[in-house]
Amino acid sequence: MSFFSKLREAIVQKSEAVTQKFTDGLTKTRNLLVEKVEDLVRRYKKIDEDFFEELEEILITADVGVGTVMELIDELRGEVRRQKIENALDLQPILSEKLVALLKNEEADATSLQLEDGRLNVILFVGVNGVGKTTTIGKMAHMFKQQGKKVLLAAGDTFRAAAIEQLEVWGERVGVDVIKHQQGADPAAVIYDALQAAKSRGVDILLCDTAGRLQNKVNLMEELNKVYRVVQREVPGAPHEVLLVLDATTGQNALSQAKTFGQSAGVTGIVLTKLDGTAKGGIVIAIRNELKIPVKYVGLGERMDDLQPFDPEQFVHALFAGLIAEEAAETAKQQQE
Amino acid sequence: MAFESLASRLQGAFDKLRGRGKIDETAVNEAMREVRLALLEADVNFKVVKEFIARVKERAVGQEVLKSLTPGQMVIKIVNEELTALMGGDVAKIAVANRPPTVVMMVGLQGAGKTTSTGKLAKHLQKQNRKPLLVAADIYRPAAIKQLQVLGEQIKAPVFSLGDQVSPVEIARQAIEHAKENHLDYVLIDTAGRLHIDEALMEELRQVREVAKPDEILLVVDAMTGQDAVNVAESFNQQLELTGVVLTKLDGDTRGGAALSVKAVTGKPIKFAAMGEKLDALEPFHPDRMASRILGMGDVLSLIEKAQEAVDTEKAKQMERQMRQGEFTFDMFLDSMQQMRNLGPLEDILGMLPGMNKLKGNMKVDEKQIGRVEAIVKSMTKAERANPDLLNASRRKRIAAGSGTSIQEVNRFIKQFEDMKKMMKQFTGMTDKIKKKQKKGGLKMPGMNFPFNFKPPFK
Repeated sequence: MSFFSKLREAIVQKSEAVTQKFTDGLTKTRNLLVEKVEDLVRRYKKIDEDFFEELEEILITADVGVGTVMELIDELRGEVRRQKIENALDLQPILSEKLVALLKNEEADATSLQLEDGRLNVILFVGVNGVGKTTTIGKMAHMFKQQGKKVLLAAGDTFRAAAIEQLEVWGERVGVDVIKHQQGADPAAVIYDALQAAKSRGVDILLCDTAGRLQNKVNLMEELNKVYRVVQREVPGAPHEVLLVLDATTGQNALSQAKTFGQSAGVTGIVLTKLDGTAKGGIVIAIRNELKIPVKYVGLGERMDDLQPFDPEQFVHALFAGLIAEEAAETAKQQQE
Repeated sequence: MAFESLASRLQGAFDKLRGRGKIDETAVNEAMREVRLALLEADVNFKVVKEFIARVKERAVGQEVLKSLTPGQMVIKIVNEELTALMGGDVAKIAVANRPPTVVMMVGLQGAGKTTSTGKLAKHLQKQNRKPLLVAADIYRPAAIKQLQVLGEQIKAPVFSLGDQVSPVEIARQAIEHAKENHLDYVLIDTAGRLHIDEALMEELRQVREVAKPDEILLVVDAMTGQDAVNVAESFNQQLELTGVVLTKLDGDTRGGAALSVKAVTGKPIKFAAMGEKLDALEPFHPDRMASRILGMGDVLSLIEKAQEAVDTEKAKQMERQMRQGEFTFDMFLDSMQQMRNLGPLEDILGMLPGMNKLKGNMKVDEKQIGRVEAIVKSMTKAERANPDLLNASRRKRIAAGSGTSIQEVNRFIKQFEDMKKMMKQFTGMTDKIKKKQKKGGLKMPGMNFPFNFKPPFK
């Protein structure tokens, strides 16, 4: 069984609706990446330097980081030499397989959140300005609420104008309480209060918002580190998850963000937002490859239930939907013959 | 980040070829590959890069580079020139309508920074004695209206809102009426963030434009945007005919290649750059400086400007006079250090120096170290500061205790200070000698002043 058929089989067992969402959300990425690769492979009968150069360009255009692309291309060059591949068409499956391998997690459960019943689970949200932290928290609160969990929100963004109100609106919509201070208060103090409240109310999940900050502002990163330390001190084993919220349109800078936030706040996973509109998603591959931080959730639209757990197989399926369909048709043809 | 500056990359490319004797077209090709990668790493769109490379190559293959002794330098120069040309030459200004009010529409993706930029722009206009009206037309995002109201309060500008149940078109219409009645000369409409492929919401923007007839439509773009910046800008431009761009979050460590992409595909000038979290952190955009930043060549001009703002010239002159007489005390040291700190975080300053971007990754500037040195100096008595010779062992012990450092640290710092003083003396000695010669009528060296640019002695 070929690689793609295996992948397809894995997908079939998953809910149609979710697959549809991924496929819709990633249409642009797929068009950009896959169709271009196909086109390239068809145009070049023989593999030469120009071929590699153009492939490099296609991958970079999808925001797959420059370093990762270089690595990938080098590996492909090696394969070509080793297996004496001359036809570009033969290289395509190898490329696809390599991309999937980059995205797949070594441990199967690495994409799920580390939550346990019967204890207070603390999730800290961090990221630069305007990536959608507060919105993600709203969506996630909705998700947990649906699962029958007792959820509490902490308005840790005390800097931006009306950020607290924004979280409160989400709290009302979803029907969860919000712990807040006034604008300009010490975020660590807000989080401290929220932790105490969560403990005394017997909350299952506490979602902590923080103010957006650019990763090169040392003082602000120190402030974030303080919040992190407060959580660590107040609840043993917490924060159980630190999610870096990342805008899918971000380019190479996303790597720098993942790195720096990882240092200050011990990021355990990534939420990739705004994946519905734009061509990107490629940076996921770069981050996975260079920093080993798994993507855990993706934001695929504006509605409350548009936050989905990240599923590498779904993601790859969506990326390569065109290819899979083609291969399926071919297999069917062969069987008929 | 492991970004190498383009300059060092190019140098590397030519170094590799040095042993081969002549530098020919292959070498230029190799260099072009490095330029290409550097631009791609800076998030410049690949189509833009391609055209750009073609243009640079044409010039580079010409005689000027091949004959030059330092071809690497020559290529960098060409790249810089072409890049500056592409970014557009002059600083663009915001429009003024013949009949007030001037209407400005802010559009863009979610989270680009429209609302914050609207507040900053209002503040910018206020500084020019304009009276802006902020219009809350983002009826979708929770608390977006409230955010604008808070900003309006902070800068004391009126905010027009009809709540989140009225259509943005109606809000815009009434807002302009309101501005006319109240003699406000700028109307800044903050629209909701939307994806450029969202037909319904883009149609709404077109309707707002119909009604408001804006003199400026500014696209707000996040400087960290990747390859997709082109699609966003192109599609907003096609549907709304932009008049300019505001680049936000430029105070981050992104190279900001998106700026180049946006300029290249829309042809519209980048009018403002947002450089910080405070409301006065909106600056007119300087295309040439952005070119250097994309190349990782530093931003010396901005640094000089900053220095001019922050440094007290009177104090500096006085210090110079004292140093000429071979005098250098701890007080002077403290003063000069504080002036340097006035420029902003050390890391930002270093980032503006050419070639420093490369170092920045490995070298973490320790602001705390500076704080410690400051504490040491401040723990000295006035007499000690004026006369370092007083510092015997017991005094040093007291200083260490007072500043919360160890004796070793105090000793090390005093040693560094002495070294620095010696160096100063040599400098002043040299300039004095030259001056004497000048007096004798021999050598003429205009502009040879005391080199007042010493730096604190730590790395």
